[in-house]
Amino acid sequence: MPVPEVTDSFTGSVNRITLGATKENGGTRSSTVAVGGAQNVVYGGSTEDAGEKPVVAMDVLDSKPEDWPDALVKPYKDVLDSPGDWAKMCVEEFGAELICIRFEGIHPDKGDKDASHAVKVTEEVLKAVGVPLILWGCGNDEKDNEVMPKVSGAAKGEKCLIGTIKEDNYKSLTAIALADGHFLISEAPLDINIAKQINILASDMGFPLERIVTFQATGALGYGIEYAYSIQERQRIAALSGDKIMAMPVICDVGYESWRAKEAKLEDAPGWGQVKDRGPMWETATAICLLQAGVDIIRMRHPRAVATVKNFISQIWKG
Amino acid sequence: MLLIAERINGMFTNVKRAIAEKDKKVIQYLAKKQTEAGAAYLDVNVGTAAADQEGTIQWLVETIQETCSTSLCLDSQKPNVIAAGLKAVNAENGVLLNSTPLNKKSDEEILDKFIEMANQAGPKASIIALTMDKNGVPQDIDTRVAIAAEIVSKAIEKGFDTQRLFIDPIVLPVNVPNAQVQPGNILAAMEQIRYLADPAPHMTIGLSNLSQGATERSLINRVFLAMAMSRGLDSAIADVFDTDLMNVVATTEMLMNKQIYSDSYLKVFASTNK
Repeated sequence: MPVPEVTDSFTGSVNRITLGATKENGGTRSSTVAVGGAQNVVYGGSTEDAGEKPVVAMDVLDSKPEDWPDALVKPYKDVLDSPGDWAKMCVEEFGAELICIRFEGIHPDKGDKDASHAVKVTEEVLKAVGVPLILWGCGNDEKDNEVMPKVSGAAKGEKCLIGTIKEDNYKSLTAIALADGHFLISEAPLDINIAKQINILASDMGFPLERIVTFQATGALGYGIEYAYSIQERQRIAALSGDKIMAMPVICDVGYESWRAKEAKLEDAPGWGQVKDRGPMWETATAICLLQAGVDIIRMRHPRAVATVKNFISQIWKG
Repeated sequence: MLLIAERINGMFTNVKRAIAEKDKKVIQYLAKKQTEAGAAYLDVNVGTAAADQEGTIQWLVETIQETCSTSLCLDSQKPNVIAAGLKAVNAENGVLLNSTPLNKKSDEEILDKFIEMANQAGPKASIIALTMDKNGVPQDIDTRVAIAAEIVSKAIEKGFDTQRLFIDPIVLPVNVPNAQVQPGNILAAMEQIRYLADPAPHMTIGLSNLSQGATERSLINRVFLAMAMSRGLDSAIADVFDTDLMNVVATTEMLMNKQIYSDSYLKVFASTNK
């Protein structure tokens, strides 16, 4: 029996963006990363329809993490208090295509470090690696508004991805990202209507929709992944159907969310297998599941999970 | 919703005068403003005043294309006028041939001619076909559907993609004596026309005709448009400057889950409905 041709074709596509600026483009990056461009759902249509292959961004924290489980600390134990060396290790040893500096240490409850610290970390990482950077605030609006504009300035012209802007806190970061030539991450709490609204708000300030990447919030395997999956899928369908306000590439935070799961880190769990394996497996499963829905940039943490996911991507996104 | 903007039509006084005086500014202004208001196509109709209809449609097309790349909808009952417009049009941008009945007493093959013209114009040329034949405009539901079915099968037979076909079930003024049954008939016909092909053929109407000569024109137009969209109408020749009407289109699309809701959905509709 012949296999019927069921592939839909679409009129729209996901925006294609290039992160990072080399010397010729006014930056100091040695490489750039293109994402987006899909003209069909994952596995749908021809190879060309798939657009750019998804990429892995590895997390580097601005300050030594205090609450990471042993399995996650182990690969980084010598570099955890040196963001530059940490980033270098992720790029050179683990093949990170982007580095995401997560400024957790500026949070009032997690160190309350100031802007000069954040700027120093940014400069250190910019110097240590040549890949494009993602600059991600701590999530406390007041502190992010105080620190992230300075971080943005420290990386001016590097075409970083900076975030996040939210429905009730978007003005200062949008303005500074526009001035400094960065791309923006718009964040919504697993709510596609709010996701669309934030993009409109940023656009109203004159920020080009073509320079936005959306973050719909991520749920790990067993912790709401189905909500994240269906929202990503709906955004992809909207983009393919021509909704220009939802045509952005997508970023998800698999590393942080997966390692919050108790299955990833509980030591005393006979019958669950060794704890050193569970975390990477949880992270891998979460990433690979979300890849099917249509995501473009995946933030990850454990080198083994990164290796497996990169291998999966290279098998599926050929050409 | 694919909106075909109706204002570049010689029936309007300012357009009629612009044609007579070869005043490009009026035409180019209307092209720009209608595009900004959310038009996917600009209807181009020379009206009845111009003596040289072929020359006039070419002048209109060239004038619009000097400053605007929006797709055009060449509007004439005369194939020779459409053919003249096609010579000037940049069909790469998309073009609609508006319109042909199934057949005419004077020309049994008119639909074939339109299909031939569209094919010659290239893959981005589409046709508006009226549910009307040599016996005139049908008043009942069944004849409308039967004519639409014949149009669709003719297209399929000719290898013409039904996605390039817009069926127009012909809207008549509601205030004409005994015409009040027609809007209901049209909606019922639409219910069936949408199933004539898979994917469904496009459907379009000349919306403003419905309220011709009536008071409450905008209200009548927009209520009918919402009703028709729920029956599968996915295009209309309409007044895109009517903000209330555009808000109804945006809201209906949102309620039908064709657009993702956001608090500012009305504001972005015109710029994103392409």
